[in-house]
Amino acid sequence: MIKIVKRDQPSKAIFFFTPVLAIFLTLIAGGIIFYILGFKPFEALKFFFIVPIADKYGFSELLLKATPLCLIAIGLSFCFKSNNWNIGAEGQLTFGAIVSGGVALLFYDQEGFYILPIVILAGAIGGMIYASIPAILKTYFNTNEILVSLMLVYVSKLILDYLVVGPWSNPEGFNFPETRQFSDSARLPLLFEGLRIHAGIFLALAAVVISWFVFYKTYLGFQMKVSGFSLKTAKYAGYKGKKMIILVFLISGACAGLAGVGEITGPIGQLHREVSPDYGFTAIIVAFLGRLHPVGIIFASLVVAITYLGAETAQIFMQIPKYTGQVFQGMILFFLLASDYLLFFKFKLIGSKK
Amino acid sequence: MHKFLIRSFVSSLVLLFTLTVAAVAKDVKAAFVYIGPTGDHGWTYQHDVGRKAVEAAGFKTTYVEGVPESADAERVLRQLANSGHDIIFTTSFGYMNPTNKVAKEFPNVKFEHATGYKREHPNVATYAARFYEGRTILGTIAGTMTKSNVIGYVASFPIPEVIRGINSFTLAAQKVNPNIKTKIVWAFTWYDPGKEAEAAKALIDQGADVIAQHTDSTAIVQMAEKAGVYAFGQASDMDKFAPKAVLTSVENNWGPYYVDRVKAVANGTWNQKDTWHGIGDGMVVISGLDSQMPSDLQAKVKKLQADLASGKVHSFTGPIYDQKGNLMVAEGKTADDGMLAGMMTYVKGVEGDIPK
Repeated sequence: MIKIVKRDQPSKAIFFFTPVLAIFLTLIAGGIIFYILGFKPFEALKFFFIVPIADKYGFSELLLKATPLCLIAIGLSFCFKSNNWNIGAEGQLTFGAIVSGGVALLFYDQEGFYILPIVILAGAIGGMIYASIPAILKTYFNTNEILVSLMLVYVSKLILDYLVVGPWSNPEGFNFPETRQFSDSARLPLLFEGLRIHAGIFLALAAVVISWFVFYKTYLGFQMKVSGFSLKTAKYAGYKGKKMIILVFLISGACAGLAGVGEITGPIGQLHREVSPDYGFTAIIVAFLGRLHPVGIIFASLVVAITYLGAETAQIFMQIPKYTGQVFQGMILFFLLASDYLLFFKFKLIGSKK
Repeated sequence: MHKFLIRSFVSSLVLLFTLTVAAVAKDVKAAFVYIGPTGDHGWTYQHDVGRKAVEAAGFKTTYVEGVPESADAERVLRQLANSGHDIIFTTSFGYMNPTNKVAKEFPNVKFEHATGYKREHPNVATYAARFYEGRTILGTIAGTMTKSNVIGYVASFPIPEVIRGINSFTLAAQKVNPNIKTKIVWAFTWYDPGKEAEAAKALIDQGADVIAQHTDSTAIVQMAEKAGVYAFGQASDMDKFAPKAVLTSVENNWGPYYVDRVKAVANGTWNQKDTWHGIGDGMVVISGLDSQMPSDLQAKVKKLQADLASGKVHSFTGPIYDQKGNLMVAEGKTADDGMLAGMMTYVKGVEGDIPK
């Protein structure tokens, strides 16, 4: 007989094993769904997870797709680790894109090495400004940061709409909702001829290294961890809670803003109404799938990125509805949360005799 | 009648010719990139109806739905171009730059971009429909059917395509009823049932008894049905969603164009061009007229439809004045395509300002 027993302490091994389990279960459930839809499960899974990255170009697209997800998720992990629920990374990304795009447009007819750094910095600052709103409202007015940050997402998209339809629209563009193309000096350099992967990936890798250092080697990281476990303990220990809330939001906003910069100065090259296919929301899944650990987030961003590419490939070659990609993302999160049960409980085999 | 006979004779000859040629031509594969899900009505649905017409004509097709206008569009296009497709239709404005970029890398693949203006490479063509002609019909019906003389109009984004529609609609309504006013609510979305229903409700509350729309969902006609006012279907025949409210719909009919262009690839006669077809070429289709419309109105609408098709009537015939009373189009003149393409001012009789 099997009995369910509560663990004395959450298992550390299980903590890092459950994401793998969740991905495994997602693959099985995905196969079953494909079967029910009338597709050959193994063939479908092959087109979903292997074919898209089978060549150099495909792999570069995977990295391109994973870059913003990784960058945002790293930023979010600062917030989530310290019990701050920033759900509005999408808004911070959008606002970062707006500010950096605005700067890039100022230089639209100029060349110069100094332009790109200013554009990048502007994006980070834009994200920070936008993230500071929920942070300040939380610290000084006790508002709920989940609601504030989420609602600000829609505000940011409306601001972007307004700008690209109105004052920033391309004067030669017949009033269509898009800006001019940025000058080459405002574009992130491509890493390889013929591929879209750009220097933004180094921003993501830098964020990974810095966050690892902060989380595990600094006093701030320790404070965040304690606040994450118990706000009361943190208060008792005399940590300056307000300062930390604002700091983690600023870091998170800067990362999201940089992700926005990466999109508009990388593959897109201008501002228009859709700079991000909801990277800011998908990155929440990435952060949790990666267990808020920098290395875990790298793997998680690759896994989630492939669900996007796979969905496209599966539709082109097998006519599987592209929206199954979102089903996969949902299933990963669902199975992850469900298998977290194993963190706190274990199955015990009870034999016939003790 | 003469003309008609000659025309049908010629077109059947052309058809015969193309059929013979198509039989010997290589297998052409067409791909379609959609902004939304295929669904059962609306913008993407109509493109997919067009795709099915291409299939029915004997060609293989592929489609990818829900492709965001972000960095992803370029990858999807490249993958389609790389996997043996000979012609790719990109059916949303936001695909303009990715379409041109990928077209440069695949000179042997033809690209067709809907509603855009950039044709940077010889293998990129553009196409759009003169929906404003359909709106001339709707305006005529609205101006006749209204009792309150207030007509509501749910608009999406302040771009020339939408402004042109509002103007064409209002001019036609004024022609049959000089007292009408068109009230606009901007929904700032192409598809959002919640927002669209709210916009419709706001207009009905302001006394509008006919509602027109330039957004994609069925929420507006359903709201009109509930409130007991009239409405018009957008993109697809929406009669089944609100049988009492919907007087008629303006349908987007891409099939003939798509079949034409895919056949042209098969024949080797494909060329770069900018197509802007209306009622005459069958790209804009008026659905069946509702029996609530008096028979003289129905006859008038049928005639107007024929006149728009033949070119006897133009939606923008002068004198046309803007809101301030400045002359836009002189008496006896019609607006040229350049003016229509960049139209960003309301005509007299439209209430409010264009959001800036």
